[in-house]
Order: sequence, then structure tokens, then C-alpha cells
Amino acid sequence: MAYVPLADQDQDMEMHHPHSWVEKYVWSQDHKVIAIQYGGLAVLTGIVGLVLSLLFRMQLGFPESVNFVDPNFYYQAVTMHGMIMVVYFLTALFLGGFGNYMVPLMLGARDMVFPFLNMMSVWTFLISVIILMASFFVGGGPTGAGWTLYPPQTTMAGTPGHDAGIILMLVSLAVFVVAFTMGGLNYVVTILQYRCRGMTLMRMPLTIWGIFVATVLGLFAFPALLVACIMMMFDTVLGTSFFMPAVLESGTPLDYEGGSPILFQHLFWFFGHPEVYIVALPAFGLVSDVLSVHARKNIFGYRMMVWAIIAIGGLSFIVWAHHMYVSGMNPYFGFFFATTTLIIAVPTALKVYNWLLTLWEGDIRLNAPMYFAIGFIFTFIHGGLTGLFLGNVVIDLPLSDTYFVVAHFHLVMGVSPILVLFAALYHWYPKISGRMYNETMAKVHFWFTFLGAYAIYLPMHYLGFLGVPRRYYALGNTDFIPLSAQDLNSSITIAALIVGASQILFFINIIGSLKWGKKADPNPWGAASLEWQTPDTPPVHGNWGENLPTVYRWAYDYSVPGAAEDFIPQNVPESEAAAAQDAKSPESNGE
Amino acid sequence: MSEATTQAVSQEGMTGMVGDWSADRQAYHVPWGKAMMWIFLVSDTFIFSCFLIGYLNVRVTTTDPWPPQSEIFALSFGGDPIPLILIAIMTFVLITSSGTMALAVNFGYQKDKAKTFLLICTTAAFGATFVGMQAFEWSKLIAEGVRPWGNPFGAPQFGSVFFMVTGFHGLHVTGGVIYLLWVALRVKRGYYDNKGYEIVEIAGLYWHFVDLVWVFIFAFFYLL
Ligand code: HEM
Ligand SMILES: [Cu+2]
Repeated sequence: MAYVPLADQDQDMEMHHPHSWVEKYVWSQDHKVIAIQYGGLAVLTGIVGLVLSLLFRMQLGFPESVNFVDPNFYYQAVTMHGMIMVVYFLTALFLGGFGNYMVPLMLGARDMVFPFLNMMSVWTFLISVIILMASFFVGGGPTGAGWTLYPPQTTMAGTPGHDAGIILMLVSLAVFVVAFTMGGLNYVVTILQYRCRGMTLMRMPLTIWGIFVATVLGLFAFPALLVACIMMMFDTVLGTSFFMPAVLESGTPLDYEGGSPILFQHLFWFFGHPEVYIVALPAFGLVSDVLSVHARKNIFGYRMMVWAIIAIGGLSFIVWAHHMYVSGMNPYFGFFFATTTLIIAVPTALKVYNWLLTLWEGDIRLNAPMYFAIGFIFTFIHGGLTGLFLGNVVIDLPLSDTYFVVAHFHLVMGVSPILVLFAALYHWYPKISGRMYNETMAKVHFWFTFLGAYAIYLPMHYLGFLGVPRRYYALGNTDFIPLSAQDLNSSITIAALIVGASQILFFINIIGSLKWGKKADPNPWGAASLEWQTPDTPPVHGNWGENLPTVYRWAYDYSVPGAAEDFIPQNVPESEAAAAQDAKSPESNGE
Repeated sequence: MSEATTQAVSQEGMTGMVGDWSADRQAYHVPWGKAMMWIFLVSDTFIFSCFLIGYLNVRVTTTDPWPPQSEIFALSFGGDPIPLILIAIMTFVLITSSGTMALAVNFGYQKDKAKTFLLICTTAAFGATFVGMQAFEWSKLIAEGVRPWGNPFGAPQFGSVFFMVTGFHGLHVTGGVIYLLWVALRVKRGYYDNKGYEIVEIAGLYWHFVDLVWVFIFAFFYLL
């Protein structure tokens, strides 16, 4: 069994060299092009999700002001908004987009281990998006069951889209799982098996750690979603009773008996909770790197950060039923899951402390990415604290299904990761496009987004305390809801419209800078990690030219005393770094 | 954190273990495809586990009695019906195919193309036999009135789970047969002479997995 490790044959990795424009940009096997395809498609889908949210917000803020937003459409919009944002936007953008772009570059690899599979992944993702969008055009429209798709109401008449809409949703999710699996296997194997010389696991940037653990979570959590989709499909199409108990519809018994709606909730949240960390962990990773670069300091407690990511990943599989405290499951379950939920807050809090300590006494450079990264710390602390409230059964019971929950998860899973996305997009824009974005415009964009997000979600906490339920088309004349709640709703809607509109600034900036932006330095921030050390900017197919880089240090050597510049890139050998130090100041040799 | 060399310095204890495992380039000394297959199979395990847990769950929640499997899955060859005989034969066939697959891997590494080809084809043939017998069983049950949404013997979930789980597993076997034939063809053509014969082992991993899953389905669905 003479077996030569493939990674040692780096000079002859079979590269699929494109021959035409179509092969280069359409059927491309280059991870960077695939990343942009993935990301672009995710953003387009996300825009649909955004527009939907503005439409249903109009209904909440100014009832019946938009005439096609009737109760049915309202539910469909809420449902599609939720599902699009969680799965097709955030998951696809973080893992398909950033995962694809960063993994080979940060590890010093030429590409993913199986570029063809990687290409298949993005095209399968496109199919799933097409199926999802098709549901807007079928009779009955898309499903309006809420993004959690709880049976039995999902499949019963009265729920909009209970016929064709739900089927398309389930098929689309199943196809998405397939797409994700093809991509995810690639990221994991690339990270484990295809690092450049010297890149030990404990020298990888935290971005990679976040993407790695999130992908592993995805590979183990999406199966539960797939199974739930298949079983629900059987219930809808074949009339089986996996999730359907004996149930009446307008007084007539339906042909179902003996199924378990709670089973669906378990399967869904066994996927659903890890899913929130599938989104959060890459964000944690990216923001750690942005903070460290712009604070000119090494990330505080690198090893702890790595272990915290792993611990959060592991724990996230045993907390799922905190979404089900009100489902009628056994109260002892509630006790168990409340305990694990509070335990997962420990490594999460640890990460927050480490970000703060990274900033502490740093040489902070307030560039636009840093604005967004610091904004993230605010919103994440905020959303994390409300999570602690909800994790306790007795506090959750009155708050569940109110706007308090909506505020919690939007701060923690909506606003926070999106702030990181912007931080990361601005931060890596010079590398990806070879141009600089417009700094002022990016900062204006930040203030609109950050302050606007608070204007939207802070009042929602209060609405939740009042007991205003989520997923209601209109509040009606309810005694416990004061009239002023409506005024708050209007103000929230206005803020949402402004935030929505201000995102234009981002697109103008990103697209305009492609043409008018000034040419970017290969390493404008003075970052130490490998992706900034490529011979070309933007990196070309194959990434590294003739020879793969060799890594001599971790990714966080900033503000090194006596170093020629105030940082040492990962691929600079000790001898060279020492020589540079000597040249600069003969006395201060080393530390 | 700034070791002078590219290699992590060896240490003792927990730190050393982490350090060694996380050393540069690769975590496992196996080809990429094999690592990928392993991870895929763990992911697939989660799929089947979810199916089986779902099955156990509806078996508890359903209000009708569970049908007597040993009678339903009995077959008579002229005389008295023998309970579970067909399933026993199917299981035997599938386990035998794992044996032939293991031999194929062995001959693959010896670069004995003819034998490898033959053994993979035998494995695939056993697999196809398995699927054929499953089709026979399906049609027998369908003829007796078992449907995904109901059956004459008791809880409707019996048929639902049966068709869903054996169907999903059957798809795995069918996919495996196609995969094996494709590998066999390439073996015969000498495609792997330079690349190495790990692919036979990788396909074998998948095949053994499908086999193992069947053992669980057998235990949970037919015996329990
Ligand atoms: C400090 C850690 C956290 C705790 C203790 C926590 C706790 C909870 C609890 C108990 C609920 C259920 C509320 C209910 O429905 O009554 C909930 C909902 C939710 N959480 Fe968290 N959470 C935490 C962090 C996060 C993070 C980091 C994310 C995402 C990045 C997240 C995303 C969500 C989402 C999406 C929901 C709502 C799902 C829905 O009902 O539609 N949470 N959280
Ligand atoms: Cu959760």
C-alpha cells in the first residue's frame, strides 16, 4: 500500500483550467468564483426577504395601507421572510460565500479538495432557490405556516399555501440540504486535509475555526431537517400520519390519526438550534479577525476562543427543546434543557469578554469594518442577555411567542450576523475586488443600520412585555394591549423602512467602487493572515502562483515590538523577522 | 505561539495530544476521498437515526395496535408459513455482499484487476438481488392491501414507516450498485493504476455502511 499523501503532491494538484469566458465565470470550478456566485445568489434572495418584511411591517405599522397585504399574504410574507433569511440568505452567504472564499486562501491551498463537487453545490443551491421562488407563482401561493412549519396547521385548509406552496417549500429545503452537503463536505475535508506547510490547526485564523465547526454542525443538523421534510411530504402528498393526530377541519374529521406533532417540533429544533449557531459561529470567527486586525492586537485568548467555538458547537445539539417549553412536553425536559441552555451561555460569554479584551488598550483604527465589528459586540451582548431570560422556563412561558422573542432572535441572529457580514465585506472588499470602497459612505451606512436596528428592535422588547403576540395580522381590540402599542408599531415600521432604504448605500458603494474605487493595496489593513499575502490582488486561479506558501506563525502577530512594520505575516520565517528587527533597532533583539 | 520551525513542538499530555493531531497539512493520513466518505457517512447516520427515532416515536403515539410483523413478513414454500424467512434471506445476501466487497478491496490493493473487477461485480449483483427481493416484498404487501396511509392489520403508521424507511434504504442500495459498477468498469480499464486503488476501499466503506444500516432496520423494524 504505497500511499503518498495527496497533500504532498501540491505542485501537481490537478487544476481544471478554464478555456472560455463561460467556463471561467459560469461553470467555474474556482472556489473564488463559486464563492461570489453563492454570495450573489444569497444576497439576491435576501433582498426578496427584505422586501417581504417591509411589506408586512407596513401592515403592522399602518394597518391596511397596502391593499394586497391581506391576512393570507401577511402570513405568507412572514413565513417566507423567516425561511429565506435563515437558510437561503445567512447560511448560504456565510458558508457558501465566505466559506468558499476564505477556506482555501486562509489555509494556503490552491482550491477546495473537490472543485467539481463544489461547483455542483452552487448549482444545486440555485435549483433550490428557483423551487422556493416558484412557490410565489403557483395556485394558493407560498406556504404561510410560519418559518417553523409546525403541523398540523401547515397542511390544513385555512393555512395559505397548504397545497402547492408547502410542497415546494419542502422540496426546496431538501434540495438545499443536498447542496449544503456537497459544499460542506468540501470545506471540512479541505480544512482537515489540505493545509499548507506549517499551518497547524492551532494556527488557523478564527474565521476558519468558525466556518469549520459551523459546517460540521450543518452536516449533523440538516439531516434532521431533511427527515422532517420527507415525513411531512409523506403526510401532505400520501396522506400518512407521521405528524398528524386525529383532527377536525371545519367540524369534519380528517383522514389522519395517531401521529405526533411534537415529533416534528423535536426534529425541526434539533436542526433549528444548531442552525442558529451555523450562522453565528462563522460570524464569530470573521468578527474576531476583523477586530484583531483593526485593533492592531492579537486576539485575546486564541486557544480559549477555539475551545469556546468547539464547546458551543457540541452543546448546541443538546439545547433544542428550549424552543418547546410551551409545547406541552414533559416538564422535566424543560428542566434539563434550561440547564444546558444556561451552560451554553458560558462559552458564549467567554467569547464576548475576549473580544472586549482584544479591544482593551488596542491601537484601534476606526475604519468602517471596525465600526461594524464594534456594533456587533453591542447587539450581540444585548441579544445574548435576552436569551438568558428566555432560557429559563418560568420566564419564557409568558414571553414565548411574543415580540420579546422576535426581538431576541433578531438582535442575536439577524442584526448581529448582518453587521458582521458588512464588516467582513468591507474588510475583504479590497482583496476580492482589488479596489477600495468609499469609506465615508460605508460609515454613513453603518450609522443608519446600527441605530436603525435599535430603533426597530428595542421597542419590540417592550411590546413583548405587554404580551403582544407575534404572527398576528392585526391586534384588534385587545384589552391588555394599550393603544400606544400601535404608535410604537408605526415607529418601528418607519425605522424599518429607513433601514431598508439605507442599504442602497451599501450596494452603490460596492458596485460603484468596482468602477470608481481607487486601486487597492494588496494588504491595505496590514493584516497578517495568508489571504492578504497572495501574489496577485484579486487572487487568480490557483491562488499562489508557482509555490504554495509556508506558514511559520499564527495569524495574530500584530504590534510586535521592534518589527519592521507593526505586524508579521504568517508566512514570514523567524530568521527574516529577526533580521528586520535588527535592521530597525540593533538593541531590541527579539522580546 | 511563534515556534521557530514550521512543525509544532512536541509536548506531553493534553496539549501535546492536541498539538500532534493538529500538526500541519493533514489531520488524518488518508486520501481526501476517504476522509470525505467518512464524514458523509456520519452525516448519513444522522439521517437514518432520525428516521428510526421518528419510527419509534409514532409507534408509541399511534392509537391502533401495531400489526404482528412476524405473521405479515412470513412466506410459505408449500408448507406452513415461515416467519421472516424472506428478510432472513435478504439479510444474508447483503451480509455476504459485504464479504465479497472486503475481498475486492484486498485484491484492489494487490492491483489484481481481474479479481477486483469480478468481486465488485459480484457485490453489485448481490445488491441487485437484495433490491429485487425487496421489490418482491413490496408487491406482496401491496397486494395484501398495505399502503402508506393505511393497512388492514392495524396502525396505519406501520405501512408509512415500512415504505419510507425500506424505500430510503433501498435507494441507498440501488445507488450503491450503480456506484460499484462504475468503479468496477474503471478498475477494468486500469484507470486507477496511477491514482491508486483507494477508491475501491472508499466504495467499500459506503457499501458496508449500507449493510450496517440494514442490520439496524432489521432489528428495529422486523424484530422489535
Ligand atoms: C445566550 C445564549 C442564548 C440563549 C440562552 C437563547 C435562548 C433562547 C430561547 C429560550 C428561545 C426560545 C424562545 C421562545 O420561543 O419562547 C430562543 C429563541 C431563538 N433564538 Fe436564542 N438564545 C441564545 C442565543 C441565540 C443565538 C446566538 C442565536 C442565533 C445566532 C439565537 C437565535 C434564536 C432564534 C432564531 C430563536 C427563535 C426561533 C423562533 O421561535 O422562530 N439565540 N433563544
Ligand atoms: Cu435555540
